[in-house]
Amino acid sequence: MFKWIHRFGSAPFVYRLAGALSPWVGMACLILLCAGIYIGLVVAPSDYEQGESYRIIYVHVPAAILSMFVYVVMAIASAIFLIWRLKLADVVAQASAPIGASFTFLALVTGSLWGKPMWGTWWIWDGRLTSELLLLFLYFGYMALRAAIEQPQSAARAAAVLAVVGVINIPIIHYSVEWWSTLHQPATISKMGESSMHPSMKRPLFMMIFGFQLLYAYVLLIRMRTGILQREARTSWVAQLPEVARD
Amino acid sequence: MRCIFQREWSVAMRNPGQWVNPLLFFIVVVTLFPLGVGPSPQTLSTIAPGVLWVSALLAVLLSLGALFDADYSDGTLEQLALSGQSLPVIVLAKVLVHWLLSGMPLLLMSPVLGLLLNLPSQAIPVLMVSLLLGTLSLSLIGAIGAALTVGLNQAGVLLSLLVLPLSVPVLIFGSSAVAAAAGDFAASGQLLALLALLILALSLAPLMASLALRNGVSGGT
Repeated sequence: MFKWIHRFGSAPFVYRLAGALSPWVGMACLILLCAGIYIGLVVAPSDYEQGESYRIIYVHVPAAILSMFVYVVMAIASAIFLIWRLKLADVVAQASAPIGASFTFLALVTGSLWGKPMWGTWWIWDGRLTSELLLLFLYFGYMALRAAIEQPQSAARAAAVLAVVGVINIPIIHYSVEWWSTLHQPATISKMGESSMHPSMKRPLFMMIFGFQLLYAYVLLIRMRTGILQREARTSWVAQLPEVARD
Repeated sequence: MRCIFQREWSVAMRNPGQWVNPLLFFIVVVTLFPLGVGPSPQTLSTIAPGVLWVSALLAVLLSLGALFDADYSDGTLEQLALSGQSLPVIVLAKVLVHWLLSGMPLLLMSPVLGLLLNLPSQAIPVLMVSLLLGTLSLSLIGAIGAALTVGLNQAGVLLSLLVLPLSVPVLIFGSSAVAAAAGDFAASGQLLALLALLILALSLAPLMASLALRNGVSGGT
């Protein structure tokens, strides 16, 4: 059992595993996303209140879910790195940060595009939009801290502490912002009834969420391979890799 | 803990800039707002809670940049980390002294600034209690940021980028407590939320800050 787990601490093993997995993950992701987009944009019926504009949900909701999911993955990886000093956990956290920031940015942009026809303005200080914006700042802070410290090991540990502090704070920030936004605006914006969605609309949504998750996994695997190569650039196993040894 | 406290206190008292500058910053920023948005008493009393709170937040954050820097550059921090004393306790003592010298003056000055901004007088006690609870939490949260950025160039801007998102809950509850009191509503709910945040920060922030500090000290050598 421990031997089995131990292999995941070995950089060459994970490098090869990621290389073997990534084409399959990429294919599955492509199929799911294509099917999800087609069913979501063409097959699913239009909403009786929002017409066709609701269809942006198929990008907005998966991006928003992933933006938080990636941060949690990052924080768990950082905690593993801090506790067990597993270097590959830090590779996961470092590789995840820009992906998570992109998903957050996508969720903000699609949210404001959706806001224009629905609320009549590009931006509203809605609780969920505001906490998404703060999440983007947390990602930026993580990446900026990492970039600012020159010594890689020290940068990794500092960033890991920050990610753990951030994940403790995210629920507090989220609920305080929700509370604040209900205090400041009358509840004219009814919540988009996600729970009361018709199955024909829900099915493509779940396909898209799962597809986005696979997209994250795919990009993560590629970025992890790059991260491992950068860290282990001076070792003999990297020098012996066929794709490196060629030049 | 008492020795650290006394040492910090005497070091800080010999360097008046440490507690005078944040206070001056607070006063100047608050003064800028009437010049920016116009002197109408009506407008001022509406924005007063937010202005006072945002200015206090920025003043605390700016003063935090120097929390560990002097000790880092002359090696004291390394000695403290090696001393075998519990580092979280040392961090807590440093933060408390820092708060007494930067948060406390803000607290004492805030009623005067509240009057300048035409804040209704019944809101002033709430303003002071909310600042008491809130600036202490901000000092604790900021200590994590200061510990993470210890010894870096450009630490000031980075510190703000790291800590500002984390300080949002304190800002929300603090300014809304004052706004509620100004509108003759009960503010106890917001104050209790601030107290809860303070207790959370008090229990976790010294641990996190000392973890970051230990890393900063060992990484620098």
